[in-house]
Amino acid sequence: MNDIYVARSSAIAARALEEEMVIMSMRDSTLFTLNEVAAEIWRAADGKTPLSEIVRNNICAKFATDPDAAYADAEIFCRQLSDCGILMLSDRPIELGG
Amino acid sequence: MGQLLDRVTAKASALQIPIQAHLDVTWKCNERCVHCYLDHGIGGDMTTDEIRTLFDQLAAAGTFFLVISGGEIMLRKDIFDIVAHARSLLLDVRLKTNGLLIRKPEAERFGRLGVRTVDISIYSWRHEVHDAVTLIPGSLARSLAAVRYLRDEGMEVEMRTTIMRDSAADYPGIQALAKELGVVARFDPTMNPRLDGDRKPFDYRVSNETLKEIYRDPRLAEEAYCAPPSPVDADVLDGHSCEAGHGGVYITPQGDVTPCVQFPMVCGNIRRNTFAEIWNGPQFRRLRDVRVRNLPVCSTCANSPVCSRCPGLAYSETGDFRAPSSIDCEKSFARTGIPSALMQIRSAASSRAQENGAGFAGLGASSPLVQIAGIQ
Repeated sequence: MNDIYVARSSAIAARALEEEMVIMSMRDSTLFTLNEVAAEIWRAADGKTPLSEIVRNNICAKFATDPDAAYADAEIFCRQLSDCGILMLSDRPIELGG
Repeated sequence: MGQLLDRVTAKASALQIPIQAHLDVTWKCNERCVHCYLDHGIGGDMTTDEIRTLFDQLAAAGTFFLVISGGEIMLRKDIFDIVAHARSLLLDVRLKTNGLLIRKPEAERFGRLGVRTVDISIYSWRHEVHDAVTLIPGSLARSLAAVRYLRDEGMEVEMRTTIMRDSAADYPGIQALAKELGVVARFDPTMNPRLDGDRKPFDYRVSNETLKEIYRDPRLAEEAYCAPPSPVDADVLDGHSCEAGHGGVYITPQGDVTPCVQFPMVCGNIRRNTFAEIWNGPQFRRLRDVRVRNLPVCSTCANSPVCSRCPGLAYSETGDFRAPSSIDCEKSFARTGIPSALMQIRSAASSRAQENGAGFAGLGASSPLVQIAGIQ
């Protein structure tokens, strides 16, 4: 499995609203809401932690789920958010500017 | 985005989260618009650090949408620091400005900071008409230059037009100009009394006849906007008038916290209390407890299902936010053709007074003031 690194884009607005996360892309004003599981991934997307580790520590540890299936779902989710400009993906750690 | 935004807003309101905050960073201005309700001489603006602390508290309380307005925001030398802090907290920032001091470098900085939307006041597509409102020669040309600079940096730019007596026929021209520039044009004939209660801005309002025409112009409003209201039912009666104090809040440059920019009921000051203390305090709680069924006159009004009743205007007019606002009564009447409950009460009282041969100064003709805030 080729792991990926994920980082939150700075070109967004975001706020937790109870268990869900509300996110707006500054690029095209698209509004998203992430459910509890997706919000966990988004919060942990610091550019340094591999997605597999995020899934293991933040998803499988909190939500009883199969690790392989969870990783597959998480990768699809991250690629969708990347297409929308609210997550950045890389095969190596991502340096975030101040 | 509409349905999702509505759901998010409704959820925030139900949870009593101030999802939209509006801060005026100063009331100083470099234009002198004839209809402006602000006193540009009032100082005592919050410092940069005070505003940073306020933003921290708003973000902690759940604010997502932040409107930064004035006065003229560009008269704050720290405006970029203010915006930068808001963006560092991942707030969605909308700026309101006249654009006179925005050129390419300033537009680039706002773009880099991640400002999503900028509203620029445009009163006419005709230079002589716009400049006669702002009292600044050349102001339309400078504002339109700012529209182009900001648009070119990728921000959503909206030209905001107050439809006024002397420019009421100009909105098609403004729409054409907006289309040419690739930006949005929005219109609103709302006039507010000045902060000291002076009603001079009302001199610039459009007539009721003009308002009716505006409401029925398909270029501005859908046909359903003037459709007869549905029957008053439990959903209407259990609802509240607007989001002021439920999911929305306004803060003056001096730190006073009110439910909305149009609702001057000061509920506290962030120089004395934290935002959370004020937001959860007795005045906001009292406001949130009020439903349409608790409004002594409006709960009986046939127009209530469509009325965009503003408790702030009611408060300004009468001192009681549960009272009807004659301004909104005129507006709903212009839309539906049905006299509001207040208008009917006044009419009946006036008839009785005439039968008795008495004058009736106190509850005479209803206000000719109009507004169209719903068409946005």
